[in-house]
Parts: sequence; C-alpha cells; structure tokens
Amino acid sequence: MTTTTGPGPLATRRLILQGAASVALIGLGNLPFAPVRAAANDKYPEEAFKQKSEADAIKALYGKTAEPSDKIKLDAPEIAENGGVVPISVTTTLDKVTSISFFVAENPSALAASYKIPDGTVPSVANRLKMAKTTNVTAIVEADGKLYSATKEVKVTVGGCGG
Amino acid sequence: MAIRRRDFLKSTAAVAASVGLPRLARGNEAAGIYDIERFGNARILHLTDTHAQLNPVYFREPSVNIGVSEMTGRPPHLVGRAFLERFGIRPDSADAYAFTCVEFEKSAGRFGKLGGFAHLKTLIDRLRGDAGEKHSVLVDGGDLWQGTGLANIMRGRDMVEAANLLGIEAMTGHWEFTYGEQALRDNLDHFKGEFLAQNVFLTEEAAFNDARAFDKASGRVFKPSTIKELGGYRVAIVGQAFPYVPIAHPKRFTPDWTFGIREEELQKHVDALRGNDKVDAVILLSHNGMDVDLKLASRVTGIDVILGGHTHDAVPQPIAVKNASGTTLVTNAGSNGKFLAVLDLALDKGKVSDVKYHLLPVYSELLKPDPAMAELIGRVRAPFVTDWTEKIATPDRLLYRRDNFAGPVDELICAALRTELDAEIALSPGFRWGVTALSGQPLTMEDLLAETAISYPETYVQEMTGAEIKDVLEDICDNLFNADPYYQQGGDMVRAGGLGYTCMPTAAIGSRISELRLDNGKALVANHRYKVAGWASVNGQQGAPVWDVVGKYLRSGRMMPERLGSGVTLKGVEGNPGIAGQG
Repeated sequence: MTTTTGPGPLATRRLILQGAASVALIGLGNLPFAPVRAAANDKYPEEAFKQKSEADAIKALYGKTAEPSDKIKLDAPEIAENGGVVPISVTTTLDKVTSISFFVAENPSALAASYKIPDGTVPSVANRLKMAKTTNVTAIVEADGKLYSATKEVKVTVGGCGG
Repeated sequence: MAIRRRDFLKSTAAVAASVGLPRLARGNEAAGIYDIERFGNARILHLTDTHAQLNPVYFREPSVNIGVSEMTGRPPHLVGRAFLERFGIRPDSADAYAFTCVEFEKSAGRFGKLGGFAHLKTLIDRLRGDAGEKHSVLVDGGDLWQGTGLANIMRGRDMVEAANLLGIEAMTGHWEFTYGEQALRDNLDHFKGEFLAQNVFLTEEAAFNDARAFDKASGRVFKPSTIKELGGYRVAIVGQAFPYVPIAHPKRFTPDWTFGIREEELQKHVDALRGNDKVDAVILLSHNGMDVDLKLASRVTGIDVILGGHTHDAVPQPIAVKNASGTTLVTNAGSNGKFLAVLDLALDKGKVSDVKYHLLPVYSELLKPDPAMAELIGRVRAPFVTDWTEKIATPDRLLYRRDNFAGPVDELICAALRTELDAEIALSPGFRWGVTALSGQPLTMEDLLAETAISYPETYVQEMTGAEIKDVLEDICDNLFNADPYYQQGGDMVRAGGLGYTCMPTAAIGSRISELRLDNGKALVANHRYKVAGWASVNGQQGAPVWDVVGKYLRSGRMMPERLGSGVTLKGVEGNPGIAGQG
C-alpha cells in the first residue's frame, strides 16, 4: 500500500499503524485515492457510494436488510471533539465475518467505508468519519451471509458554554 | 453584622442525617456544627469547583435547575422548598441559606458569606486532626485554578500555592486545561499533590510525534490514579477530568489531547486496582457532572463512591446507585468554597463496610481564618488589589448568575454588549461559576472579573440569520436537556439579550425552541440577518475583553435595563420541582 499526501492517505496510514493492515480498505467515502483490494474479484462498490440514504446504500451494497445485534461493539464518541475526524471502531464476536461497513445517516452520501474481512482475520476495524452534523452512525457486519447492525448517535455540536 | 450562633447550631443537624441505606450508619445530632463524631478508619475530605475564590463569597443557589427524562424531580434537580423538603432542612435555617435560594437576600444579612481558603484551612486542619495522623486525605475535584481576575492573570499559580498550603494531595481538572498545556505543566511542577485523569489521552498525531505522556503505551497523558494508605487500608483514588474540554472550550488550548467519558478504560483500570493492586476501596474523583456520574455509577462496577463536581450541585446526601456488582454512592459538593465534603469510611479487607457523609457549609463567620493562609492570600493579591478595588457601580438589585436560563449578572453583561457593541442581540455563555453581589453594595472590578475571568474573553460582533440563531440555541439547549446524560456537557443555557423565546426542555433537539422574538416584539425571521454580539467564543476572536466592555458600560452610570426577566417562556415542565415555586 502506498501513501501520498492529503487527508485521505494519512487516515489510511493510521489504519496500518493501528495494526489493521490485514484489513483491505476498499473505500473511504469520496476521498481521492485509488482503492486497494484484497482480492482480485472485489469490485469497487461505486453504486453504493453514490446513494444518498442509508437504506439505499445498504441495499446497493448488500441487497438485503440488517437486524440489530448485541454482538457488535461500536465505539464512537457521544459528542465529537472535531466533526471533521470522528474516531470510530467496530469489533464483533459474530462468526464467519466477511465484511464490515460504516454508514453516516445524515451525510450527503451515507456509506462512509466498507471493508472486506478475509477468512481468518480478526473482525476489528477503525476509521475516521467526517460528519457535518449530529446523526446516527451505523456499523453493518456481514456474517455467515446475514447482515447485522449496531447504531450510535454522535453529536456534532457548536460547542462552548461549559460550566 | 450580628451572627446568631444559636441559629447556626440548631439548624444544621438535619443535614448530617442518614442517607437511609442499610449500608450507611445513622448520623448523630452534632453538638457543634463542625464536631463530627469519629466514625470508621479513613476520612476523605473533598473540595470541588472552588473557582479560585480565595476569599469568602456570597453565592445564591439556583431557582431553576430542571431535570428531564429519568432525572425529573430527582436530586440534583430539586430547588427551593422542594429541595428543603427532600433533605429535611428547616426553611429559615442557616442550611436553607447555604443549600438553596430560599429567602437568599434576607438570609445573606443574617448568616454572611461562605467559604474562603483561610477559613477552609482552619476547618480542614481541624477535621484532619480529629481523624488522626495517616487516617485522612484531602482531594480536589477541579475548577480550582479559574474564576477570579487574580487566577486568570496568574494562570492559576496563586491557586497552586493555596492548594499546597491547604494540603491538597490529589486533584483532577476542567478549567485548568484552558490555560494551555505549558501553563498547566508549569503549575503541576509546583503542585505538591498529584494531578489525576484516567480519561485524557494523546491524540494519534501527538502519540505518533512522541508527545509527552504519563504512559506512552496507553497514551494516557496523566497518572490515572493514586493509592493512599489510610488507617492501615489501601484506598485508590481515580481521577476523571471533565470529558468535554475540547468541545466546551477552544480546542487550541489542548490540541494534543483527546478526552471523553472513557467508561471502558475506567472499568479496566478499576478492575486492575482491585485485582492487581488489591486495594480495599475505590473512589472516583470526578468532574463529569452529577447526571453523568449517576449514569456512570449504574454501568461501571467496583467503585465505592464517586466524589463529584462540575455541575455545582450542593447535594447534602449521597445518592445510592445499583449496578451489576453492587452499589455506588454518588455525591456532588457544590461550588465556590461554600462546602467541604467529609466522607468517613469504615474499611475492612477488600471492602467498604460502612460510610458516613457530611456536606458541611463553610460559614466564614464561624471559623477563624488560618493566619498562614490569610498571609498567602494577602501576598498574592497585593500586586493587583489596588487596581481592582475601585467601585464601578452600585447594583440596584441582587446580581446572581446560577439558573438554567437567565440571571441578572448575564442580563447585565448582555445589556452592556448590546449597548457598547451596538448589536440587536447579545449572547452570553451559561457558566455556573461567578459569585453573587448584593443590591446596594459597591461593585468593584474584582467582582466583575469574578464573573468573566477566562483565558478567551474576547468579544465579537457578527451577523447571523434567524435560522442560525435558532440552531445555536437548539444545540446548546440539547447540551443541557438531552435525555441521555452522556450527551450533556453541564453548564446552563446560553443567555440571550434582546431576544425572547419559548423553550420546551422535554422536547427533542430541533423542537425545543420556538416563538423567537426581538425585544420590540417582532418575530425573528429565519432568513433575515441580525447583528449579534457575544464573548467566550470557541473560535478565535479579536474584540476587547468582555470585562473592559462591561466595565465601560457600568462606569458610564448605566445599570440594568428596565425590563426584568429572561424573556424565556417555559413549556411542558409544569409541576417540575426543578423550578422554584413548583412541585
């Protein structure tokens, strides 16, 4: 994986530093760099990234709907310190995980990132999201052919006025 | 001022009463206010949110402190007579004056000021003496270094000296961070105690650049906890700094650090203290705010007591919260040096078997000031005092700040901003610090600084559309009334001058604020632009410091506008005991 300057590749480098190198990054919203692929048959999900709403994006990416699961641990701040770079991570105890994706409901395009999880890889990914306003963040985990989800509201506030 | 000692004596016993739990011992009827019966084998004295008030102050507790959702009508969201009833305090007593807003002005003349570090020093030394050597510890929950002109100009160094003489052994922080990393570290180099924060970490960028940290592996910037030997037992004190420093304040002060509640890291740390360090008790010294602490106590296990601050709630008795492995007691110890919390623990091997808690009002006129502390206060104040003792106004009404939506101090600040900066609307932050000034008494620059002294005091004037103004109000209102305490930041509603509105605290974000109107009665128009003045912006501003703007306004002989009241109409909270005169 190569890195160049700019916010996108920097985020990529951090993922590697965090030990997430075994995870193949196939998209980071509209960030301007070429996707890196783990397997030759993984096509860049262009249609899914174009969708405005979360439901449409999930449908375009997976073609099915997800059910909530308490086996997904979604870690994100309650209130973002900087809406431009909101740290988020997902781990799951679900078996046979094949992909993990992040959606930001109120972003112009809901799908923020999608990861293919190769067989035998620990299903744990972290990323940074850009969020314009307070909204739900959803993680979708595809495991054994089924879709599972976890959602958390992240507040993006104008700040100020702490007691 | 004649103090009736008998009034004090007969009125304070109620506060020492039992908190009504099986695990807690019953309090006794104290012979004197500060004669606390020996109990247990370890004493923890807790101060919080003194806001650098070295000298005694008047401070009126709120008449509006609304709780929503699960917090409706639960402490700390009780005010006035509802508060007195809940805690069994007689309405005309000294404690009613200390803990509530009931008949504040009348009682101020009767019972005088509270707090002051020389008075606190006398009280603390006495209570530590009573406990015996190696049986007590003094901790501070933060907001120790900010709140006066002196602390601001000295960037908290005066308070480090006072803290050392007072004997503070551990503290955490909030406004301490607003002097920036260098000033904070310089102060900590001089601080004889330990600064604890389990929830402050290096950002990834800072860690990558090898920034200074207590523990490089975890990225923790500060030591998370300390273990004190008390009465032969090991008591762990874990620090929890204000979780939202870079959001509530300009991020430029703490660019390398990231905060948050950090529940998971806290749980791991508590487990390690119990499992590896074999401590007998775990205390969380918290600057979360009381609602956040109550929620945290229900989710994180293994903490015996949370000694809380930030929201400035003077709650006489601990609130017991059940969680998966037991019960955690949650306290909040008021502000401005008005109160000293005394937590007596009966410790056994590996557990706390019994607890007694007192939140003692620090009645300055009943305590002889400690000479060494009085000397220190005189010495640190001397270079600035003469400049700041000039009378700049005589208030024609009681000036207080604390309330959810408005207070005369901020009405005055907004009036000054609108007049001096020629703006239609003024916004002033809903800080909970800032002392109370009595009607008819001289108001000095030092008093004005005690309402405004922060490290980002610059005023601004900008154009905002009606829609933008509503969005700002909605956003800040959600910080106060989000149904989930973890989404609250503490602090009160931004104060609006020249602008009235209706607020429904129980609604969701985006639908709490309605019927916005200017002072002339005209409705605020969404796409119309208005000239808005303010201060304490999280974005860098260039205007004169707010104290100069308000000082100029007061020196010209002007006071408050004729129209009284905040112009905020409340809806949907009828009967809520968080509003004085209701419930």
